[in-house]
Amino acid sequence: MARMKFLCDADRCIECNACVTACKNENEVPWGINRRRVVTINDGKPGERSISMACMHCTDAPCAAVCPVDCFYTTADAVVLHSKDLCIGCGYCFYACPFGAPQYPKVGNFGSRGKMDKCTYCSGGPEVDLSPVEFQKYGSNRLAEGKLPLCAEMCSTKSLLAGDGEIIAQIYKERVVKRGYGSGAWGWQTAYKETIAI
Amino acid sequence: MLIKRKTADVQRGRLQTAIAGLSSGVMDRRAFLRRSGLVAGGIAAAGALQIGSVRKAEAAGLGPATGTKIIKNICTHCSVGCTVKAEVANGVWVGQEPAWESPINRGSHCAKGASVRELVHGDRRIKYPMKLVDGQWQRISWDVAINEIGDKMNEIRAKSGADSVYLLGSAKFSNEGAYLFRKFAAFWGTNNVDHQARICHSTTVAGVANTWGYGAMTNSYNDIRNSKTILFMGSNAAEAHPVSMQHILVGKEQNRANVIVFDPRLTRTAAHATDYIRIRSGTDIAVIWGMMWHIFKNGWEDKDFQAARVYGMDDVRKEVEKYDPKTVEDITGVPEAQMKRAAETFAKVKPATFIWCMGVTQHSVGTANVRAICNLLLATGNVGGMGNGANIFRGHCNVQGATDFGLDIANLPCYYGLVEGAWRHWARVWDVPYDYFVTRFDEVPAKGGRPARTRKANMETSGHTSTRWFDAANLPTEQVDQKDNLKAMFVMGHGGNTIPRMPDAVKGLEKLELLVVADPHPTNFVSLGGRKNGTYLLPIGTQFECSGSRTCSNRSVQWGEKIVEPIFEAASDYFVIYKLAQKLGFADPMHKNFEMIQGKYGPEPSAESILREINKGGWSTGYTGQSPERLKLHMEHQDKFDLVSLRGAVGSPVENDFYGLPWPCWGTPELKHPGTHILYNTSLAANNGGGTFRPRFGLTRERTLADGSKVNDTLLAENGSYSLNSEIKDGYPEFTMGVLKKLGWDADLTPKELETITWIGGNAIDAVNWANDLSGGIQRVALAHGCVPYGNGKARANAWNLPDPVPTHREPIYSPRVDLVAKWPARPDERTLRIPNLHTSVQKAAVEKGIAKSFPIILTSGRLVEYEGGGEETRSNRWLAELQQDMFVEINPADATARGIRDGAFVWVSGPENNSKARVKALVTERVGKGVAFMPFHFGGFYQGQDQRGNYPKGTDPIVLGESVNVVTTYGYDPVTAMHEGKVTLCQIAAA
Repeated sequence: MARMKFLCDADRCIECNACVTACKNENEVPWGINRRRVVTINDGKPGERSISMACMHCTDAPCAAVCPVDCFYTTADAVVLHSKDLCIGCGYCFYACPFGAPQYPKVGNFGSRGKMDKCTYCSGGPEVDLSPVEFQKYGSNRLAEGKLPLCAEMCSTKSLLAGDGEIIAQIYKERVVKRGYGSGAWGWQTAYKETIAI
Repeated sequence: MLIKRKTADVQRGRLQTAIAGLSSGVMDRRAFLRRSGLVAGGIAAAGALQIGSVRKAEAAGLGPATGTKIIKNICTHCSVGCTVKAEVANGVWVGQEPAWESPINRGSHCAKGASVRELVHGDRRIKYPMKLVDGQWQRISWDVAINEIGDKMNEIRAKSGADSVYLLGSAKFSNEGAYLFRKFAAFWGTNNVDHQARICHSTTVAGVANTWGYGAMTNSYNDIRNSKTILFMGSNAAEAHPVSMQHILVGKEQNRANVIVFDPRLTRTAAHATDYIRIRSGTDIAVIWGMMWHIFKNGWEDKDFQAARVYGMDDVRKEVEKYDPKTVEDITGVPEAQMKRAAETFAKVKPATFIWCMGVTQHSVGTANVRAICNLLLATGNVGGMGNGANIFRGHCNVQGATDFGLDIANLPCYYGLVEGAWRHWARVWDVPYDYFVTRFDEVPAKGGRPARTRKANMETSGHTSTRWFDAANLPTEQVDQKDNLKAMFVMGHGGNTIPRMPDAVKGLEKLELLVVADPHPTNFVSLGGRKNGTYLLPIGTQFECSGSRTCSNRSVQWGEKIVEPIFEAASDYFVIYKLAQKLGFADPMHKNFEMIQGKYGPEPSAESILREINKGGWSTGYTGQSPERLKLHMEHQDKFDLVSLRGAVGSPVENDFYGLPWPCWGTPELKHPGTHILYNTSLAANNGGGTFRPRFGLTRERTLADGSKVNDTLLAENGSYSLNSEIKDGYPEFTMGVLKKLGWDADLTPKELETITWIGGNAIDAVNWANDLSGGIQRVALAHGCVPYGNGKARANAWNLPDPVPTHREPIYSPRVDLVAKWPARPDERTLRIPNLHTSVQKAAVEKGIAKSFPIILTSGRLVEYEGGGEETRSNRWLAELQQDMFVEINPADATARGIRDGAFVWVSGPENNSKARVKALVTERVGKGVAFMPFHFGGFYQGQDQRGNYPKGTDPIVLGESVNVVTTYGYDPVTAMHEGKVTLCQIAAA
């Protein structure tokens, strides 16, 4: 069984934001909602590194643990999805998430939150696969078509990897061995309770 | 709103392709595929979802969206040439898929490429033709627009001459569009035709072509995978050419290559370098000479390479002696140890490649900068092989092609120049009498002490450059070397905020009687200034709405297929040029060789037939082998090309071809020349992509010895340097009929070829050469004997025909180091291309006025990854605009603190000319050094604090507006190409 994960190779990421616009393009994400973003540390200083961030689809996802309406579920591919029909926009998951993934559209004049939106690993939601209603609520379902999330597929330097955890870990290991350096699988300990040993 | 439907098939096994090629080269693609049963099993096993959904995909209620087509085109942003794969259903572009098969981008994109689908949503596009009537935009029909524009052009022509209409073309054109527009200018009768190459790499083209023959990148992005040392100077590829970084970082990882970045800013590229060296803006020559000082002193040079293939290196040696480490540190700010390490690495860890962009070119010494770099490459023998070379990353998707096809004031298509022979060559190709063109040009009266010019002389005189179009409108008429001042601008696909001195541009705009902007977006030409009448907006489709070929930076030519019809009332470039030619009365002779097809609004020439005419005439640059059929075959079989060598796989339909038939692709398409992946590469045979340096400047050069006697140095290659399998084992001149006869090879010509050569040559048949023989016979015979048609010469370290034959450091026009100006002054005042170029006067005045005291901060400019060029198109794209919502200035914390400026607060940046000022946000960062500020150049729509959103026709204003950096940039022009000095001036910053 595949265990889908994301891995951002920080030594390759150049903050080009292809992942961000690819996500917008593929899922028709509206202005103001950022399912994926690129975070740069030491911006403008020696040691500047960037990492592309989105929902990491955690093992034992903290968002699911705190959700009062239990709208989260984990698919057979280990992708963490949620039902917008159940979501009440309470925002608990935002506080629980170590990666800042949950996003909320602003729906009223008093700062009230709409239903939560986040990266679906391009695998839609609980509606019927590839149905219009699934697309409307959750965006595209590339996994059902045998494709990976578009952010990783379009990454300019092949920094952002998506796919089965074993395979992308293997790719990353080979890279590190070949080039002799690597700043580690960022976020893996938090998300998956494991790291990549080299 | 569902605007995306998918076919319902679950495509198993596709993940294999998705993941293949991600590793760092340990596993090759095939090995990975063999082992990838795991992946396929993984996805196949992904059987059921937990919540009531089935994996068998069904688009419920809609049924599968049948007829979803995949159409391939090329990204319209930078010059890397990424393939865009569009999913189209019912004429609507519904999705983008990664093009794994492209050897150039292998599925990847940057922020711009990943969002190009938005361009044909087109919320902010021009929807229909419009004209400005007393300050109000009125909708008009295409017929009315073309009629009125044509009438006005004719009126101006009658009154002021053809040269008074400026034809500003675009690096966004397809090759065919660029060629058609140049041809249009020839029929109209002016050389005032230009495009963005002027402001991007014109100095590169001039500098490089004057060194070794052709003005282009010598190798390719992919070839950088072979490099062991990669040096960037004035190039921020991580933002300007992100997908190229894929190849560069793999090169860095696999070869443990050194990546050295010289830049005034610690750029995002520098963040991935092994060595970052901060330099002062505008001191590039001193930096290069500083490196060469160490190279010469320590004998790290490649003497054999120099002896065989380089002319005049001793003259460089003499100049370099002046640049000892102390002098260089004083000028550039680079300490000796750093400079020495960079020099040693570049000279010794080979192959080494030099990558440069606008940080080098946009200077008043741009051409000399480029020439200095060429000399570094020549001295170390780092050109003409795998992994080395001058890797000039160009800016726009087709700026190379548009340059090649002569959207340039000094050239007819394919660099033939403007001499009579060039005109006669193209007149033959176009099948129009040469004399017709002579009649179309203006007679120029004697003015300002200059003699008059006949029509023929004017036809052979370079035009006026786009960097100073407003000077041609504003200056007193006796200073402008043409019949009259500029009265009209016809602008296709070009921003109005991309050149310095915008306050002067505003005055220029007010002088114009006619302004036509033909573009998908209104551009800053429309928002700037206060025009009330005489302005037209024509909606043009993007290149995704048009078929044609485009040439990426590495000279590969890629065919793009129209994805959708031009949206709204937009039309194609081909249609608009044709219609206007029709109105002006020369459409028929101009289009006689083209196949006319039914376009959206009527007949227009087919891109294929335009390319065939290019193939018929583009001998000088090897644009003859790239037939539409061959290019389409390459796009169909992109997956058959090797990632590093770009060679087509054995046994495939594209066997042995290099991807995209990078020019020169000699001879007719039937000759099957593979194109030239690496220029000047002697380790391959001429008919297999090999080459030599091009002898363009005579065969010998006289030199005076110390005792006063004179010797003639050869300009042909020596010491057994020739391309593989050449039958001439020495240097040789370009091939002419006369040379063929001397060699006895003329017998190899077929009777038909001989007939054509005789027709061209008349009674001087011996003078017919490889570049004007329309039969291709001379090229074919030369290649058959293993020879390169243009000859086998030496590159020139000393280019005696240029203003600074051996480059010398010159302080920028607005220099912060007043103390250095006396020793390293700008060039004396001179005339550059039809108008005065006042280097010294302006520099001296700046020193006398104490500008460096009142404007103490060096201002430089550059790109952001989200935007491109003037930015109107990308700032209208909501997916991109969201990422960069504010124009800003980067300022060092020390300078900010001294001025009480907080990060994110508004500041006024003021420039030293015209009391110019710009209101922007401060980004306080150590990315720039103390005393340096940086501003991106993509913004427009604000002018000196004024919001100009209201000047755009309703609904066409870009989402994000901002001050243009060029409001505050200043005077300074290269003496060869009139490139502006966009990369170094002075400014003052104060809290707003």
